[in-house]
Amino acid sequence: MELLLLLGLPLLGSLLLALIGRREWAPEANVLMSAGTFAAGVWLTAHVIAHGPMLVWHEQFFIDPFNVFLVILTSFIGLTTSLFSRPYLRTEEHHGRLNRRQLRLYHSMFQLFMFTMLLALTTNNMGILWVAMEAATLTTVLLVSLYRTPASIEAAWKYFILCGVGLAQALFGTILLYFAAEKVLGNAGSTALLWTHLNEVKGQLEPTVLSLAFVFMLVGYGTKVGLAPLHNWLPDAHAEGPTPVSAVLSGLLLNVALYAVVRCKVLVEGSVRSDLAGNLMMGFGLLSLLLAAFLLWRQKDIKRLFAYSSIEHMGLATFAFGMGGPVANFAALLHMTVHSLTKSSLFFTVGHATQKAGTQVMDKIRGLITSNPTVGWGLMLGTLAILGMPPFGVFTSEFLILITAMREHPWATPILLLGLGVAFGAIFSRVQAMVFGETSLPRLPHPPALVPVFAQLALVLMLGLYIPPHLADWYREAARLIG
Amino acid sequence: MPTLAFSSQLINLCAALLLLLSFAMLAQRRVLTLVDLFAMQGGTLFVSIIVVAWSTGQPHLYYSAALTLILKVILLPLILHHLIRRLGAQWESETLLNTPITMLAGLLLVIFAFTLAQPISQLANTVTRGTLGIALAVVMLAFLMMITRRKAVTQVIGFLAMENGLFFAATSATYGMPMVVELGVALDVLVSMVILGIFFFHIREQFDSLDLHNMESLKED
Repeated sequence: MELLLLLGLPLLGSLLLALIGRREWAPEANVLMSAGTFAAGVWLTAHVIAHGPMLVWHEQFFIDPFNVFLVILTSFIGLTTSLFSRPYLRTEEHHGRLNRRQLRLYHSMFQLFMFTMLLALTTNNMGILWVAMEAATLTTVLLVSLYRTPASIEAAWKYFILCGVGLAQALFGTILLYFAAEKVLGNAGSTALLWTHLNEVKGQLEPTVLSLAFVFMLVGYGTKVGLAPLHNWLPDAHAEGPTPVSAVLSGLLLNVALYAVVRCKVLVEGSVRSDLAGNLMMGFGLLSLLLAAFLLWRQKDIKRLFAYSSIEHMGLATFAFGMGGPVANFAALLHMTVHSLTKSSLFFTVGHATQKAGTQVMDKIRGLITSNPTVGWGLMLGTLAILGMPPFGVFTSEFLILITAMREHPWATPILLLGLGVAFGAIFSRVQAMVFGETSLPRLPHPPALVPVFAQLALVLMLGLYIPPHLADWYREAARLIG
Repeated sequence: MPTLAFSSQLINLCAALLLLLSFAMLAQRRVLTLVDLFAMQGGTLFVSIIVVAWSTGQPHLYYSAALTLILKVILLPLILHHLIRRLGAQWESETLLNTPITMLAGLLLVIFAFTLAQPISQLANTVTRGTLGIALAVVMLAFLMMITRRKAVTQVIGFLAMENGLFFAATSATYGMPMVVELGVALDVLVSMVILGIFFFHIREQFDSLDLHNMESLKED
């Protein structure tokens, strides 16, 4: 029932908004649908906490502590993004960059995107997981090109082709997985792609097939996580699409793709009994972290800057999942949470700042703190949070990842520190210049939505200072499941 | 029901045809001919699925064969023909990169695909065990085609040909994926075709041509 609401509301919302999306109150309807989805997410979470993992609808859907926390995070950021997009898109319309038809497309596709994300998270079928990931690409590709400028069309084309090819690899990986599973489970009743069944028999699956399948799936879903060297689409799509889309791409899509990788890793590790999967993830993670950190220095566009920072953080989380073990998994889950919250709130403030300045070029954005103190402070605090300054939550997760790396893979520690340090310098120097300094920028026609920004930053701060025991148990349970 | 040896010969024949068509696509310069080659590839895939279904008595494979016939032999080529005519691109051809080198690269990819699939094929107990390598080779050749071409339409045909290779892999290694998944994949392919169709018009509107050479402003500097 909870699940039906959770999946049904965004699907219904996308249909509804496709029909009535031109009305004046479409943004409010969007907020309402997202709020409903979030409420359903909370309800589902309460159910899972009270009754334990659930397996419903002919075992096609499976909710355990690992995905339920991502469900609630996803629906929460969906809600805050819809709150943010309300004034943001009105201002864009006011500036004449978007018309009503494009707004209708945006609202409808946004809801459909939420549906695909939640479907990918809750499904138990590895094939449906793939279908949902591909559908997520399809829904966002039209959002990236929403402005119809040459640059945005180019970005969307690149996004489509790269992710399409990447996901084709993941489908091949899924076919190989099915091939291995079919031998053990038989293909009667098509249970051989259900994750729960696979997880039970993972010890009997053919190791050679599974390791090859994992390579394909890591490359495939890794393209969507934005792992180097397959990250090329990510900065373009983030920079050229509307800001709410950048926020959900960074805050949700990357997480869900990483979730898919981790689900595969659990199966493969159980079968192969070597560190192959973990080592591959560690390698890709470190490479992404390092490459993104150095590329950060060359950015001139503020949204590209934070897009590269997303690659860096996803690299770090992938590295932590690659190390495995309770502490590293705990840290990686925490890192996914705080990164989503911080990065989407950063994109919200960046959205308002760029609308104000009329440009995304960092050299032209100056003195936010005098012209609009709340936007300026939001950007500064968000930046400090994402850079891992104590007492924000990102510090906690990065610290945990670092100490685990020191204990188990000492060789990786200097690389991690180098990457984090370089990224710190690059981002901090740019943002400081944008926040402080002289300015004469005009005010925005619609008051910016800064409640979600500060609410999310407050959550990140809270997670840095104190993780509620309930949540900690929950992370521990999820970390144990991942192994 | 034909003998297994006979049907496995037939499937090998289809696989060889698929591979041949992939090479033909790699070397084909005219867009419309490329669409026809793609339709022929879909047709070969359809025949091979029918043969597998018939010789092994897997009823659900008939559905997936019907799906292939409708989607890949009829619907997608029709949409592509229609789009190309609407875009006025039917006489367009493109200059290829050095053809002998592309072919050589294709050959190397085929060898690579076979080596990769070798240990897995030996584990398969389906009648189609030898063809997994070919399926992987078809995927990789389509990938090569996407890399070497600079026109939006040809890149999309490459993308669809890759999907053909994947479907062939699914039937040859495992007698087809569960029906829900196949339906979902088919839906995704169809929707992506529609979206790409919209895209062609956007690209042409913004860049005055479907040549992707014009798209180089977002290069990392």
